[in-house]
Amino acid sequence: MNIHEYQAKELFQKYHVPTPSGSVAATPAEARAAAEALAGKTIVVKAQIHAGGRGKGVFKNGFKGGVHLASSPEQAADFANSMLGQILVTHQTGEAGKLVSKVLIAEGVDIKKEYYLAILMDRETMAPVIIASTEGGVDIEHVAEHTPEKIIHLGVHPLAGLQPYQIRTLASQLGFKGDQAKQFGVLLANVYKLFLGADCSQVEINPLVETPDGRILALDAKFNFDDNALYRHPEIVAMRDTSEEDPREVAASEYNLNYIGLDGDIACLVNGAGLAMATMDIIQHFGGNPANFLDVGGGASKEQVIAAFKIILGDANVKGILVNIFGGIMDCNIIAEGIVAAAREVGLTLPLVVRLEGNNVAAGLATLNASGLQITSATTMAEGAQKIVAEVKAAA
Amino acid sequence: MSILVNENTRILVQGITGSFGARHAQLSLDYGTKLVAGVTPGKGGQVFEHNGHKVPIFDTVEEAARQTGATVSCIFVPPAFAGDAILEGVGAGLDLAVCITEGIPVMDMMRVRAAMEGSRTRLIGPNCPGLVTPGTGKDSHGGCRIGIAPGYIHKRGSIGVVSRSGTLTYEAVWQLTSRGLGQSTCVGIGGDPINGTNHLDVIKMFNEDPETEGIIMIGEIGGTNEEQAAEWVKAHCRKPMAGFIAGATAPPGRRMGHAGAIVSGGKGTAAAKQAAMEEAGIEIAATPSDMADALIRAMKR
Repeated sequence: MNIHEYQAKELFQKYHVPTPSGSVAATPAEARAAAEALAGKTIVVKAQIHAGGRGKGVFKNGFKGGVHLASSPEQAADFANSMLGQILVTHQTGEAGKLVSKVLIAEGVDIKKEYYLAILMDRETMAPVIIASTEGGVDIEHVAEHTPEKIIHLGVHPLAGLQPYQIRTLASQLGFKGDQAKQFGVLLANVYKLFLGADCSQVEINPLVETPDGRILALDAKFNFDDNALYRHPEIVAMRDTSEEDPREVAASEYNLNYIGLDGDIACLVNGAGLAMATMDIIQHFGGNPANFLDVGGGASKEQVIAAFKIILGDANVKGILVNIFGGIMDCNIIAEGIVAAAREVGLTLPLVVRLEGNNVAAGLATLNASGLQITSATTMAEGAQKIVAEVKAAA
Repeated sequence: MSILVNENTRILVQGITGSFGARHAQLSLDYGTKLVAGVTPGKGGQVFEHNGHKVPIFDTVEEAARQTGATVSCIFVPPAFAGDAILEGVGAGLDLAVCITEGIPVMDMMRVRAAMEGSRTRLIGPNCPGLVTPGTGKDSHGGCRIGIAPGYIHKRGSIGVVSRSGTLTYEAVWQLTSRGLGQSTCVGIGGDPINGTNHLDVIKMFNEDPETEGIIMIGEIGGTNEEQAAEWVKAHCRKPMAGFIAGATAPPGRRMGHAGAIVSGGKGTAAAKQAAMEEAGIEIAATPSDMADALIRAMKR
């Protein structure tokens, strides 16, 4: 789940992480009020979409740029008026662009020096790790590759937590002294509280900046949250903006299906995440292109299969479907009946190959073959993948 | 022999009165597993009945273990309470806790793992299908089935299977059984980024187990677990091995169903894992249909 820049700023404000002042506006009047609240500071108006490249983007109404400096609250309101309700196209949005329904009115700050600071959950050590660098504002992967000595790694004990000496050491390693070292210490301690408190898997601040007047501020941030922990964070769930997501994935999430859209033409419907990944792999191995990842979970009931077919068929690129079910405990015949009923209900016309294996598989295959529908059955994954690739190629 | 559990292992089920826990407790009893106790706080004194089996239910794991001699727990407890359930098993001094629960927050598992430091209990999972040591009866009846795997697909034998994925494990086991190759023990270590037991832990046990003659290792994108296992295998493993890695076609940065199945920052790719396994002399299954045949090739080398 991604969040907007203004939402990241709100999270920082909630956890007392110093960040440039600012607030979100949904109307020109709100934008004007937000700009007035900045009381003489430099005003920046920023269109709120998840995609990058906003500054160089162009609105479909012809207005240029999703980020502007305003010289007065009136001008901030004018910029907001030009952006709100309009579609912004950037190099990351594709031609369709993204609707701007909110703008961030923020304090523009001058930068003396840029740093990098991130906290992430490290699988190897099973503990949080802090990553910091004096090389901020640039691609950190690039820094890590070319000047690894400039990346500082600091592990945190999962139960003892971040210790004051660790904060002092890191401040010193980054070259902070006196008041800046103190400010950095407060900022890092609060970012760590935020990391734990919001069940983040990653918080990345790039850049962290020192201003000419000596302030240490989190200028731009990227958050990743642990999906498994969202149940205890309704405030984070409320930040979800489904208009920014793949509509196929939004629809799938409503049916509790685990779906990820890809750009191929052979859809697959599988029980189990590992098997679903492996099904995509085997389609490609035999010369096809998978259109999606789709895990229907352990059961594959008729209702789930119908919902899954509808989502798959909503993708205009799809030219054929491979269903791959290992019916370990569930009766394969019940699964086959569900597939047949679902195919009838959605009026399926695309090639459908069903690979069934497991409990009572012979009866399941007989049900598929007796359905009168254009269903090709298979007993191994390799056979299923080869058949659907061949059928899609033959139909093209 | 087998690893971790055998047909005499006495197990208890935490969450035996929930619908999912109850269903799989029944299937384990049908399989002939020595399921001797259930634990559901507040329901102590009740009895779980199935096909003539009468399994006593206790309020706590400590009491269940003390009264019945159970040494292994199978956990079917909802995500919000699963961390506590694991630590209850640890606190009771069990040999093994197998956590089936999917969806436990990563922070919870971080704290659970840290709290387990120095304890005698091994954790398998979470978010795993559990483990099976097949029995010698019809359809492998009489074995030890802990978790949610279909029992009948197994066959008693000498191949060890370790996997991060449930259905891919069943796929491999079924391929083996269909070719007449039985299994010593099949272990699902689970799809979460922080878990109790990794590939290498299990491979070391198979390497020491006199009954195990060949090993199938099934991995997937995300983390560097498989690479670490491969490095050890190269220097120390005395048994033929085959491997498969799922997720070669997965887009980077996307979580593929399992919480741990994600390529991030260029790390955890299928290509890197396959290369490490090949380097270690592990026979790579080109497709998931090729897992058992790959092992047969490795055993003939």
